[in-house]
Amino acid sequence: MKAASFDLAYPVDLAEATALLARADSRALAGGQSLGPMLNFRLVRPSLLVPIAGLAALRGVEETAQSVTIGACVTHAAIADGLVPDIGLNVLARVAEGIAYRAVRNRGTIGGSLCHADPAADWPTTLTALGADALTSRGRRIPMQNFIRGAFQTALQPGELLVAVAVPKLGAGARWGYVKACRKPGEFAHAMAAVLIDGAVRRAVIGATGGAPQMVGDAMPGGLPGVVLARALAEAG
Amino acid sequence: MTKTTHGIGHSVPRKEDDRYLRGRGEFIADIALPGAQNLAFVRSPVAHARLRGIRLPPGAAGRIFTAADLIGVQPITAISALPGFKRSDQPVLASGKVRYVGEAIAVCVAPTRAEAEDLAEQAEPEFDELPPVVDMLEARKPGAALVHEHWGDNVFLETVVEADLDAIRAAAAIVVRRRLRTARQCMSPLEGRGVVAVWDRRLEQLVLHTSTQMPHIVRSGLAECLGLDEGRVRVVAPDVGGGFGYKGILLPEEVVAGWLAKKLGHPVRWIEDRREQLTGNADCREHFYDIAAYADADGKLLALEAEATVDAGAYSIYPFSACLEAAQIASILPGPYTMQAYRCRTWSAATNKPPILPYRGVARAGVCYAMETIMDAIAHEAGIEPHEARLRNLVPAEAMPFDNITQKHFDSGDYPECLRRAVAAIDIPTVRRRQAAQIDTKTLVGVGLSIFCEQAAHGTSVYAGWGIPMVPGFEQAVARLTPDGGLELRVGIQSHGQGLETTLAQVGHEILGIPIDRIMVVHGDTALTPYSTGTWGSRCAVMAGGAVASACTELAGRIAAIGAHLLQAAPETVRVGRDVVASATASVAIADVARTWYRRPQDLPAGVAGSGLEVTSGYKPVRDSGTFSYAAHACIVEIDTDLGGVKILDYVIVEDGGVLLNPMIVDGQVAGGTAQGIGTALLEEMPFDEQGQPLASTLAEYSLPGATEMPKLRIFHMETPSPYSTFGQKGIGEGGAIGPPAAIANAVNDALRPLGVAIHELPITPARLLAALAR
Ligand SMILES: Cc1cc2nc3c(=O)[nH]c(=O)nc-3n(C[C@H](O)[C@H](O)[C@H](O)COP(=O)(O)OP(=O)(O)OC[C@H]3O[C@@H](n4cnc5c(N)ncnc54)[C@H](O)[C@@H]3O)c2cc1C
Repeated sequence: MKAASFDLAYPVDLAEATALLARADSRALAGGQSLGPMLNFRLVRPSLLVPIAGLAALRGVEETAQSVTIGACVTHAAIADGLVPDIGLNVLARVAEGIAYRAVRNRGTIGGSLCHADPAADWPTTLTALGADALTSRGRRIPMQNFIRGAFQTALQPGELLVAVAVPKLGAGARWGYVKACRKPGEFAHAMAAVLIDGAVRRAVIGATGGAPQMVGDAMPGGLPGVVLARALAEAG
Repeated sequence: MTKTTHGIGHSVPRKEDDRYLRGRGEFIADIALPGAQNLAFVRSPVAHARLRGIRLPPGAAGRIFTAADLIGVQPITAISALPGFKRSDQPVLASGKVRYVGEAIAVCVAPTRAEAEDLAEQAEPEFDELPPVVDMLEARKPGAALVHEHWGDNVFLETVVEADLDAIRAAAAIVVRRRLRTARQCMSPLEGRGVVAVWDRRLEQLVLHTSTQMPHIVRSGLAECLGLDEGRVRVVAPDVGGGFGYKGILLPEEVVAGWLAKKLGHPVRWIEDRREQLTGNADCREHFYDIAAYADADGKLLALEAEATVDAGAYSIYPFSACLEAAQIASILPGPYTMQAYRCRTWSAATNKPPILPYRGVARAGVCYAMETIMDAIAHEAGIEPHEARLRNLVPAEAMPFDNITQKHFDSGDYPECLRRAVAAIDIPTVRRRQAAQIDTKTLVGVGLSIFCEQAAHGTSVYAGWGIPMVPGFEQAVARLTPDGGLELRVGIQSHGQGLETTLAQVGHEILGIPIDRIMVVHGDTALTPYSTGTWGSRCAVMAGGAVASACTELAGRIAAIGAHLLQAAPETVRVGRDVVASATASVAIADVARTWYRRPQDLPAGVAGSGLEVTSGYKPVRDSGTFSYAAHACIVEIDTDLGGVKILDYVIVEDGGVLLNPMIVDGQVAGGTAQGIGTALLEEMPFDEQGQPLASTLAEYSLPGATEMPKLRIFHMETPSPYSTFGQKGIGEGGAIGPPAAIANAVNDALRPLGVAIHELPITPARLLAALAR
């Protein structure tokens, strides 16, 4: 399968990118690891593709005492390789390392993963559990819980780009558990659960549900989600 | 002749790997011909329908072709002479009816594949939908919709092996019965199929490059379908990136591309994509067994009784036909065991699914799974270890050669010893201790075995009986000494991963002693190589190896005659080997012999080696009923009962492939096959919905084994020479894929036994395991 024809316009900066993306029927192209297959299967047929992976404004990493802010176009591989400062417990690198396999991680980006919002993807669930915020090109700061709206749905408006994610650092003594059920390593998960216990914060999130990641309240879910959640809780200790 | 380190029995590094590992192979998609246009096929979105017509977009003339355009092109027809076989004609582009999702309806021609797909999107076939027949057991029931109406039912072929079991049934202390199912799979070589076709105006010849295992068979099939003399067709197989049987058939796409190249006068190119491969083209293996065994109280097998159905899909494929798989089941189900009586009925059912193709270990992986499941059942009833039950029933070494109950002629070997070695290598006592000490059921451990034999390189006497379009006879090879003393070996088989460019060179080296890097193996081109049925059925080491040996031996005689003259010795006193001709006192290099004959003939008296230094030789083994390699697989698995995962903790293989031409290559074959067998056991499945829609259209849904699913294999060898092949070698190309489903399923069921559940369907996915555990 080959993509239907489209135009390609490389922006020089974020302003030009958002200007180009104002055109109806346009799409941002980050690592292409989700968009590429969708184009080839002709599930999407944008008339204009705007590659953003090279934009410096989307590739930066910033560390403060409270958080680490990661540009949307930072790749899974860069995070797995420790090129992004640790928020604690090496959590981000461990999550990144478990995404797909190296060839996909080399191109796939943290922002692309969030914007694609596949319920079975790793970042939506884990970053929700970590209490991260999405920062957009319109200056909005959106908690991850509100950013992912449903399966393949986000809070972004047409023409709006995700610029970065800000992830709070973990406190001393924080504990983390993350478990996926997949038939083999590198596959999308059939069930996943992430657990963060950090001071007053006690968050458990299950993913791969068919919708947005779900915060777990007092009731344990049943079935496979319950199994992975129990394991994630055990991992977090 | 002294042995060198490059002859038979040495792990010579593969000659072809240099280009493969550096990414310099030339595969079908690498062939760029000037002016080539790309093809995309319009494929049926429905499984069963009458095709009323096709609405084409404006400007389609000369760019979109349908069955109506292919005047004079014959359908692909693969008959079998087995009595009762019903023939199917597979139109290369559907006409009248479509019979499976993915069947080609029209072909689009454009400068790029993307543009060809743009065209394909605009072609609108019009259907009157018919109820589809999706399940093979439903297909056999009266009143089922008919895939081929004029047949009156959906059975390509029914086979019957009758026996009177009444007395045994009445006397048997142990009676066990199982119903077993194996999934439809898709063969998935790294490289899909592809065709680049061009009409050579000078030779008035169709030159069709195709990713195939059998260039000469494709040539015959193409000539028949296109109505051309075979001389007007040349088939070239470049580097082929894996086949496993997937490339052992004549493709509708090959016929269409050949017709277009001649019609349009410019080259055309079709490179299959993964979705075409998965959804429409690569189906294989889908068996259902209802199998029963009768044994005495000690577990000694008295009789075996089975009914087996194979889902053969919509058409009979060329050249192997739609009945090979099921008819094979009838003849090989008894496996390596002795018994007094055997009854078996099989059906090759037609359904609205893609035709099934023969896959590595044709029918054997399913058969081994059925037979070895029943062996475990007998062991359990007899209260003995599974290996004990097998040892009581295997053909003993003293009985070799042995004609079994279906008249298979086992040529040699010690089956019980093979099993004993596997049992010695795997740690059964520890598994039993862990099982006894198990306190909860969160993780369960189990051990499983399988043992089987693999008939290979079987020839005329076996295939004449099937009566299919291809019956292998003498295998040919050409050995040519070049003027500078190098050796060219030309063979009609196709090396597509088996390392034959190396092993056949080793055979040439063994006989002539010409250095291995000066031996070139030429294959994959009907213009350059002698006729052969190609690479399938684990036949090449025996057949092409034997043919190369006989051609080189004959060539050695001619070299000796020239050498004797140069040495002033009597021809019967000289010997050829180690790259020289030697008399008792002196020697002359083969290169000097070559130089003299080609370039200084004036130095030779008239009549010396008048037939030249290029020999074509034909070869058949002493007996052509096949070599029988065999192997025992043993594995330990751990089941995660929360998530339904199966982890292989240890995997042992004891294999007897006779004399190994190149042990490293044999290990590679065994390991690769075992990976595929693990896929059959645990991962691979092409499901269909009730409408006949294939549900795995990408590799995200069709789960293949990868590096992380491979346990560390421990492979051990026995080397019982075959009495019938040139060097005692046996075919072993398929065995790796045969043993794992049975061994792994037995291990899983061994682990599940404390819970009183068992799984009788492959693959054993987490969903199936969790469902079984919930029972
Ligand atoms: C074989 C394979 C296995 C995989 N396995 C996993 C896995 O196990 N776990 C997992 O989490 N993921 C997996 N993935 C998905 C992978 O992580 C992708 O990289 C990721 O989902 C998308 O990132 P990308 O940079 O490639 O985005 P693209 O494919 O380029 O874009 C995806 C979508 O997001 C939009 N987009 C991208 N960036 C932005 C932005 N900054 N602002 C606004 N919109 C944007 C695009 O327009 C597009 O709609 C797998 C992918 C493949 C091919």
